[in-house]
Amino acid sequence: MYEIRFHGRGGQGAVTASRILAAAAFAEGKYVVSFPFFGTERRGAPVTAFTRIDDSEIYLKSQIYNPDIVVVLDTYVLRTSNVTEGLKDNGIVIINSPKDPSEFNIDANVATVDAVSIAVKHGLGSRANPVINTSMLGAFAKVTGLVSLESVLEATRTNVPGKIKENMDAVREAYDSVKMLKKMEVR
Amino acid sequence: MKSVTEFKTIMTGNDAVAYGAKLARVKFISAYPITPQTTIVEKLASMIANDELDAKYVEVESEHSALAAVFASELTGVRSYTATSSHGLLYMHEMLHWVSGQRLPIVMSVVNRAIGPPWNIWADQSDTINQRDTGWMQVYSESNQEAMDTIIMGYKIAENSEVMLPLMSMEDAFILSHTSEPVTLRDQDLINEYLPDLDLKFRIDIGNPMGYGSYDTPDGTFMELKKDMVDSMKKAVRVIKDETEKFNQMFDTNYGGLVERYRMDDADYALIAMGTVASTARFVVDKLREKGLNIGLIRIRYFRPFPYDDILEDLKNIKAAGVIDRSVSFGYAGATYSEIVSALYGKINIPVSSFIVGIGGRDVRIEDIEKIADTVRNESSGVYWINVKKVI
Repeated sequence: MYEIRFHGRGGQGAVTASRILAAAAFAEGKYVVSFPFFGTERRGAPVTAFTRIDDSEIYLKSQIYNPDIVVVLDTYVLRTSNVTEGLKDNGIVIINSPKDPSEFNIDANVATVDAVSIAVKHGLGSRANPVINTSMLGAFAKVTGLVSLESVLEATRTNVPGKIKENMDAVREAYDSVKMLKKMEVR
Repeated sequence: MKSVTEFKTIMTGNDAVAYGAKLARVKFISAYPITPQTTIVEKLASMIANDELDAKYVEVESEHSALAAVFASELTGVRSYTATSSHGLLYMHEMLHWVSGQRLPIVMSVVNRAIGPPWNIWADQSDTINQRDTGWMQVYSESNQEAMDTIIMGYKIAENSEVMLPLMSMEDAFILSHTSEPVTLRDQDLINEYLPDLDLKFRIDIGNPMGYGSYDTPDGTFMELKKDMVDSMKKAVRVIKDETEKFNQMFDTNYGGLVERYRMDDADYALIAMGTVASTARFVVDKLREKGLNIGLIRIRYFRPFPYDDILEDLKNIKAAGVIDRSVSFGYAGATYSEIVSALYGKINIPVSSFIVGIGGRDVRIEDIEKIADTVRNESSGVYWINVKKVI
């Protein structure tokens, strides 16, 4: 079973990202569960969402404490939460940032993608309030190989509320432009 | 052979339940659309607006009125439905008795949420456990699929002439209600075959006037009518088992009747739980088995009628059991614990402990269930609060 934890802020689409990822893996014949942790719901507040992917039915209903992969939608969250808490050995952290992965002092396999620039370029939200969740999933597909680019594109097409072509283009661009220090393998 | 159009997709528990009501061909829905109401009725409202569901939707000014409206429509012989949660359910309390006393086979979905104060919208079964004595059957699901299928089975069971009692179908807040997982949408023709139209024998019919909700005296039939409800609850046990088995055969599912057993055949120790806590416990049972502990799980699906006979049969070779409740009776223990020890009294003498978990949505983790299993293995008995902070 693979466990993925999304960290973002209210309004960025972390919950939708966890659901699109689940839809992509489901389309590949996997068992999936995706769920949000609802704190006090308000725009800008830290939000956590979870996805589990397995080859057999998933019974575990707890939150995710030992993720294989952490997706950070907003570097602000790095200051307020310990996003790598419980991350498995050799785990992967994918961060929305224009910086190089080497600039992050995180004891894990770090990948970065400039999801804000990608989202803005494709007209997804504004620079102040970009919609970056689909870009993060493009990066996720490339870095982890857990789901194919095609599955993420299809799940994006059927799950985003609007701007379907723009979101799909953002997925592709993030897939091609994500930066990682080395080839990564999930477990 | 007739073609079966089943469709597998991922959806939230609330959407799954709404599709369950649609598949059951409900004709009347009434709800009060404010917190703690859920997206179940929002989904149904949009189905009606989009002409996907042929039903009348009435928005009212309170949950009490919502169930009163559903009471009235069901009494005209129309299959009726509502959904609520937590404080909304408590506000319905008076009408719950009226629906069961009038012997109306209404099915209602309840998303289990905590009761304040303080305000809390997370998973907690105190809201429905509070309604134990209202004459409603109670089912607790562990997956979105089960939550959907239970609406359909629920009407079939409730409308059986031996039963004629309402049924509430539960899903834990967020853990099912807002969680997306694979769900198979059933074939409508097959569902129609399983669940025929409602044919209510005693109903408001202007061509055949009768009195309903009238007055009764101590020497009248009041006491007999209440006893008849108890007798019907007992008869419901057989009906539940039969109808669940029929559903299993038609839809290739594997639901237990009143209980579901997991790795109990050779178990020395047993965990007993309801709802999603049982699902996590099933995961932990596998882990503990790998470590050599002979432990199994009994998942209570029906809290009313309570599966006393199943429990006696399942625990006869067990050394000790732990009962896990996501609710508490202040001054005693967990509600399921009380039922279990009452079932065992004078028949099976083993240590049984009560474990209170997940109150107000506190996450129930692997380590919590492991701790419970450890306590059960030590064959102790008592009431334990799990993962509770020391605040005083």
